[in-house]
Amino acid sequence: MSTQTPADPHVAVVATAGGVEDGPLVMADGTSLKQALRKSQSRARRRAFLLVLPLLAFVVLTFIVPIGQLLKRSVYSPNFHENMPALVAWFDASPPGTVPDESAYAALVADLRLLKKTKKAGLVGTRVNYELPGSRSLFTKGARKAEKLEPPYREALLKLDPRWGDPALWQVMRSAASPYTMNFYLAAVDLKRDSDGSIVRVEENRRVYLMLFGRTLALSLLITFLALVLAYPIAHLLATLPLRKSNLLMILVLLPFWTSLLVRTTSWMVLLQSQGVINDALVALGIIGDDGRIQMMYNKIGTVIAMTHILLPFMVLPLYSVMRTINPSYVRAARNLGATSWTAFRRIYFPQTVPGIGAGALLVFILAVGYYITPALVGGSDGTLISNLIAFHIQKSLNWSLAAALAALLLAGILVLYWLYDRLVGIDNLKLG
Amino acid sequence: MKKILIVSTALAGFTAFAATAEEINVMSWGGAYTKSQVEAYGKPFTAETGIKVNWIDADNPATPIKAQVEAGNVSIDVADVEYSDAVRLCDEGLLEEIDKAMLPPAPDGTPAEEDFIEGALTDCGVANIVWSTVVAYNKENLNGTPTTIADFFDLEKFPGKRGLRKSAKATLEMALEADGVPASEVYEVLSTPEGVDRAFAKLDTIKDQIVWWEAGAQPPQLLADGEVVMSTAYNGRIFNAAVAEGQPLEILWDGQILDFDLFVIPKGAPNKENALKFLAFATDTKRLADQASWISYGPARKSSSSMVGKFMDGKTDMGPHMPTAPENMKNALVNDYEFWVDHDAELNERFNAWLAQ
Repeated sequence: MSTQTPADPHVAVVATAGGVEDGPLVMADGTSLKQALRKSQSRARRRAFLLVLPLLAFVVLTFIVPIGQLLKRSVYSPNFHENMPALVAWFDASPPGTVPDESAYAALVADLRLLKKTKKAGLVGTRVNYELPGSRSLFTKGARKAEKLEPPYREALLKLDPRWGDPALWQVMRSAASPYTMNFYLAAVDLKRDSDGSIVRVEENRRVYLMLFGRTLALSLLITFLALVLAYPIAHLLATLPLRKSNLLMILVLLPFWTSLLVRTTSWMVLLQSQGVINDALVALGIIGDDGRIQMMYNKIGTVIAMTHILLPFMVLPLYSVMRTINPSYVRAARNLGATSWTAFRRIYFPQTVPGIGAGALLVFILAVGYYITPALVGGSDGTLISNLIAFHIQKSLNWSLAAALAALLLAGILVLYWLYDRLVGIDNLKLG
Repeated sequence: MKKILIVSTALAGFTAFAATAEEINVMSWGGAYTKSQVEAYGKPFTAETGIKVNWIDADNPATPIKAQVEAGNVSIDVADVEYSDAVRLCDEGLLEEIDKAMLPPAPDGTPAEEDFIEGALTDCGVANIVWSTVVAYNKENLNGTPTTIADFFDLEKFPGKRGLRKSAKATLEMALEADGVPASEVYEVLSTPEGVDRAFAKLDTIKDQIVWWEAGAQPPQLLADGEVVMSTAYNGRIFNAAVAEGQPLEILWDGQILDFDLFVIPKGAPNKENALKFLAFATDTKRLADQASWISYGPARKSSSSMVGKFMDGKTDMGPHMPTAPENMKNALVNDYEFWVDHDAELNERFNAWLAQ
């Protein structure tokens, strides 16, 4: 009869001939094996968590918190609420639908005078302007002239500018009086609130966002597909060549990574311009006439070509890594059994590369949806994507709330697509090598 | 080896500390325009006061100002902005107010307030140049010569692509001018919804032939490449490309839209004292005249115009190339800053929606 020293609790007491013990396995000190295993595993898990903690803290602090704050702006816009106290109080006191009376107009004039002192007329006017174009000038003019207005204020304001009596304006001001609003999300899908508060589509000549979301999705899918078609043969070649040659070719694939993105995009401009290299070559060869030059720049074609080129390495690398691990004898066996080369490819080789295709396609698609430098440079007005408009609202029109709403919708859309992908293909079915 | 590493790192650290001499950050439009400012204002300023001037380029310095002041992180000390932007930003409290008394008088003793052209001084800004948006063309790529602004929109007489600034300002006015609205009525028409529709309808006639530019250096490049046959541009950039670089570019002065550029100081600028010094220095009579010898923008001071002579190549007379030259002013429009202060946001929004469709 022999047992390990009972002082080591990590060793189960093993049954040996002559001392069989029935029932669940227990440790030397009586605790069950399952519990002891869980305890030792939790120690290892805790250690692993502590090792990852700095990275987690870094990601949360520099990534999740700032993005969360920006996304908060999509529902939080306090400019009106903070600078128009009297009017906000009037709105609080009267239910929606109340026709503005003399006290409302008096409150408005008091606030306009305040705006002139605090110099916030532009800010408040811009906030209202987001929902009712033309209002900014109303507020800046009103603030400039507010001192000189005499009661009765309703007549005085209406005489200054009849738009002050517009029920649509009062509706917008009432909704702007609360710092929290869903109206930016409405604007992000081409909807707006009517003068009675119901939700309607905006005028035809202002409907851009849904169309841009659609265009972004369509072009990104096209770019992903083109990148796949181009990258598959390259990856196969790299995977089947002997290591030295394939390493050399791999450098050629990686070389664009080491060049600046702007340099790559501008070189495409030189190639694709109507007076560029490709068109000049075609004209010189006589294939097209001088005035029949192909428009490949400043439209969707330019965007697709340039972005496919730039995102190609992201498709080649995952495919290559997966293809490397495929045993060539499977295909040989299939050929041996009588399959044509197409059937062997279709039924044996291709299914084994699906995890790599999944990884590459996901990577390229998500990058393509968010790209804005390349469409801005070569897309013209036809090939702009939703990310260009988000950048416009952040940098130029400074309507950060609308930009945040658009970005949140884009994020939600991507998450939905990711979930769909998971259902159809399965995330576990994704390999990077 | 280790000792060398430590010593060199320490030295680098010391030099980093020593390098914090006085300096200011000036943001301007880049390209040939910034070059003229560096030569005429920046280098003499550093020579006289020892304060280093860092020049930052931007497609439109007005937009970073608003973002920086709102975020509470201002890094620009002086910015060069268009007139309506200067007034609008001042209205919103984003700029420091400037005391006109600190501006130097003219050489003959006229106080600054009377020496500057009318409208050149605002609460928060001091004008430096008069510039204009013009139609430029490459005479090698065009059959015939355009004579009026309507030719810009005439695709039959002058086939080819057009370049336009990606902004509603100046674009809408030119569309109305080409549609037959006399210069004196343009802003009246543009204040009405029908007028705006009319401007967009005119732009629709050439929309698919338009290449949109944002940086001032793009139009000369596009014209030289042959990518567009006619383009709107800042007149000084075309002058530089034509005279200094020898490109076959010409300017059509009909329908030009004049504007001021002003130096402003964002609220909360880190080096406000030095920024004010720079402002006073850069807008005195001699500097403004000097800057006119580098690029064809008119000085904002009356006393400077008599000092404007030749381009720095010593050969070309600057006079005829100035936007304010009498022969160029025949059908000119002066930008109405009040209109744009009020309508900038909504017209640009409508413009962007129109662009994306």
